[in-house]
Amino acid sequence: MENASGLQRQLARMKKDLFDQGYLDEQFDQLEELQDESSPNFVEEVVTLFFRDSSRLMANIDDALQQCPRDFHRLDNFLHRLKGSASSIGAAKMKNECTSFREFCSEGNLDGCLRSFQKVKNDHTILRQKLENYLQLLRQVGPVDKASRSGS
Amino acid sequence: MSSPRGPKACGGGAADRPIHVLAVDDSSVDRAVIARLLRSSKYRVTTVDSGKKALELLGLQEPNVNMIITDYWMPEMTGYELLKIVKESSELREIPVVIMSSENVPNRINRCLEEGAEDFLLKPVRPSDVARLCNRMR
Repeated sequence: MENASGLQRQLARMKKDLFDQGYLDEQFDQLEELQDESSPNFVEEVVTLFFRDSSRLMANIDDALQQCPRDFHRLDNFLHRLKGSASSIGAAKMKNECTSFREFCSEGNLDGCLRSFQKVKNDHTILRQKLENYLQLLRQVGPVDKASRSGS
Repeated sequence: MSSPRGPKACGGGAADRPIHVLAVDDSSVDRAVIARLLRSSKYRVTTVDSGKKALELLGLQEPNVNMIITDYWMPEMTGYELLKIVKESSELREIPVVIMSSENVPNRINRCLEEGAEDFLLKPVRPSDVARLCNRMR
């Protein structure tokens, strides 16, 4: 069994990287703060919900981008929801890219939309992998006394 | 400006019944977050994903809802439309309604407050926002 504090240090480092690279913001900290003995898997549950919803929304966006003529209003609705979910879990890069995407949408700029969507998809894939790793480690570390769970 | 009572003190309603909040949001992520925020302040929480389902629940004989907290932007029925229906109903109008939105649109905020919303919270909602609601429960 690995040394618990070693794992905690690894966890803290992983989180610091996610923050430093702009993938996550302080809303993610808020989620961790809400996790406790009465809700020991809260972060994982919310992250799982996010990837389920966002995958579905992105499939809808993909469809909407291929329809002719493009319905930018409908596209914007999907983006609004994607951005909202991203914001709720602290997925900063995705949230910011959705903002750019919406601007292209409001201009009816299809090229801009396609480029932006590619970025959103990349961010999504990378974030998913990084969070899977983080959550796997979190599970190993187990419930942590909040006082000892330090930030970076 | 801030309530002297912390969030933990807010859970108990009259006659030892926990305060019951009805949370309305079409986003499953946001429902999970708002429910957790409210439950960590010891409220009893029921979540629904639409205004229509909220009204169905409120139409039951003893919904015992002390507060409604609803997202603004939902398909089919917006939080504003739900607010209006609640405030126009003789049975429901006393229930405080709080609106949540991810967008800071002053016109929208004013319209909701004028229609009788108790408060307007910007998403992502924070524990301090929930603490603020403590005094507004029926």
